[in-house]
Amino acid sequence: MAMKISTDKFNDRVDKGLQDSFMRGAVSSAQERFQTRRLAAAKELGNWEDWRSHGEEIRQHVLENLDFYLEELSENVSKRGGHVYFAQTAEEATEYIQNVVKQKNAKKIVKSKSMVTEEINLNAGLENLGCEVIETDLGEYILQVDDQEPPSHIVVPALHKNKEQIRDVFKEKQGYDKTEQPEELALHAREKLRQEYLTADVGITGCNFAIAETGSITLVTNEGNADLVAALPKTQITVMGMERLVPTFEEMEVLVSLLTRSAVGQKLTSYITTLTGPKEEGDVDGPEEFHLVIVDNGRSDILGGEFQSILQCIRCAACVNACPVYRHVGGHSYGSIYSGPVGAILSPLLGGYDDYKELPYASTLCGACTEACPVKIPLHELLHKHRQVIVEKEGRAPVSEKLVMKAFGLGASTPALYKIGSKMASPAMSPFTKGAKISKGPGPLKAWTEAREFPAPNKERFRDWFHNRPKGGE
Amino acid sequence: MKVTLFATCLVDMFQGDVGKAIVEVLERLGCEIEFPESQICCGQPSYNSGYVEDTKNAMKKMISTFEHAEYVVSPSGSCAYMFKEYPNVFKGDPKWEPKAQALAAKTYEFTEFIVDVLKVEDVGAHLEGKATYHTSCHMTRLLGVKQAPMKLLNHVKGLEYTELPGKERCCGFGGTFSVKMGNISEQMVDEKVCNVEETGADLLIGADAGCLMNIGGRIDRQGKPIKVMHIAEVLNSR
Repeated sequence: MAMKISTDKFNDRVDKGLQDSFMRGAVSSAQERFQTRRLAAAKELGNWEDWRSHGEEIRQHVLENLDFYLEELSENVSKRGGHVYFAQTAEEATEYIQNVVKQKNAKKIVKSKSMVTEEINLNAGLENLGCEVIETDLGEYILQVDDQEPPSHIVVPALHKNKEQIRDVFKEKQGYDKTEQPEELALHAREKLRQEYLTADVGITGCNFAIAETGSITLVTNEGNADLVAALPKTQITVMGMERLVPTFEEMEVLVSLLTRSAVGQKLTSYITTLTGPKEEGDVDGPEEFHLVIVDNGRSDILGGEFQSILQCIRCAACVNACPVYRHVGGHSYGSIYSGPVGAILSPLLGGYDDYKELPYASTLCGACTEACPVKIPLHELLHKHRQVIVEKEGRAPVSEKLVMKAFGLGASTPALYKIGSKMASPAMSPFTKGAKISKGPGPLKAWTEAREFPAPNKERFRDWFHNRPKGGE
Repeated sequence: MKVTLFATCLVDMFQGDVGKAIVEVLERLGCEIEFPESQICCGQPSYNSGYVEDTKNAMKKMISTFEHAEYVVSPSGSCAYMFKEYPNVFKGDPKWEPKAQALAAKTYEFTEFIVDVLKVEDVGAHLEGKATYHTSCHMTRLLGVKQAPMKLLNHVKGLEYTELPGKERCCGFGGTFSVKMGNISEQMVDEKVCNVEETGADLLIGADAGCLMNIGGRIDRQGKPIKVMHIAEVLNSR
């Protein structure tokens, strides 16, 4: 799966989302669950705002010194016998991994959850070689079984499905004959997956944070699947976005704490594993060979520019869980594997405005995302920044909108024009007015009045009342 | 105390009663109200849509209009926040940045002004009814005014208050969002109206004319027996 998950137009995707009542029910109840837990987990620390500031500082420091830390990371991975590859593009990353897989003559590959491998469309690249690729994160596994459905959430990929739908997927595709009880569903997947780990030739993991000082990678899961992916196959390949690293264990601990609390409202997840290089003498398990693939794929273009702060992101999805727009349209409406506020910012940066120019407008700029972000990315400001780029640099705004906005700008800065306009508003709107309201508005008001009444302009403007009233308010 | 009213274009053209209520409440609290005629709009609709350069003239107009004011008070948290955003817009501009900073520093949302500057929490209002309150996003998250409206409402005699479920969630207005993404906006405001109904309140109070126009417009369309009032009108009830 590449980053782009649909060829449908934005409006069609949104309509489809809005009509999917199962999805909307699942999403809104999940949002509430995650929000409640996140707030409780944050409160528990007592000084959450200090933690956020600390997280922001760490991420900004890393971005400002990214070249230094990447070099340090690379040296330390090599020292421990690992191989490091810097991939500038998605194609380069995939090709490198394909070559490793070919060298190992691998037939079966197990994977733990990794958004960057989705971004570079790695699974297709490996399947083209004739390999069987198996996702082991439960959510990803469900989607893969369901004809490779794309994820709708960056942390909980199958968030849009309820347990009955998951039961039906297993039943239809794998002959599952038990109930929709989560325990039974999980047991079914577990039985299937255990066999896969034991027979896989290569394991591919993502990376929550790489640690520059030691050349380690940290994996955060609740299922323990990443540990098996890394420990059982003879070859381990870890794929990371080039910004996902920290200087030392100390910073890793701060960010993991922010991540687990913000993502799922847990102090810690069940498994937080730090792995360093391939198996060494005396180790009882671990891979014989370790490859770290560091993916740029557009990130260095973001670095140093007005959108740099989006690279602070630790992929916790707190912004997604807080977003009132995501709540109604669901993840697939974004047309990208990266959905919600972070997706609306990142997708146009990595994938271009042609496919994603509507996303920055799919927000009321309510700021819920910014408030939720554990590393203080000013998300709603970046959404606004995108709009400014689309309008002013790219010139992609519709002509009709440009005209309206130009007229607005002129009217709002020219008292004489405002005077005429605001005085004329009431008589001009009178053909559309019934009582004190407009039920079927013309022009831009049409979209408003599809769902709402619009107030008729006052016959006497407030300023006229103020001007004409007896002084002193008597 | 002299207060310069930044009424907002919505109040000037559509919700004159809110403006009148603000004038009457503040005068009762001993303020002298002034309304500079050259004020128009803070520029938020075009600014938020990405037309930053095209909005600068409107912003400069507002900065000049309020240059002489001691306190600028507005019945909308969102529009008041827009003034706070001006220094960012004019960052690095030697003439306009300091002026924008001066305006931002003396701008207050209406309830914030009463509680924090006038140091009043009981304005002597009386209104019978079962009410709930919508916390507007820009006012609470961006402007940071969270407590003032509740402090004032707690002192309104006869008012029974029930908290709105999901009160921090956006009502779906978002300025041009409400027409640009009308179908999403409709679902958002629908959920908000459902939440208001759940409380059993017969009165929805808010402190931002835009949100109230949105939620009120939906309530009206659906013919629900819920009255919508700006907090200034509530505080002006006796």
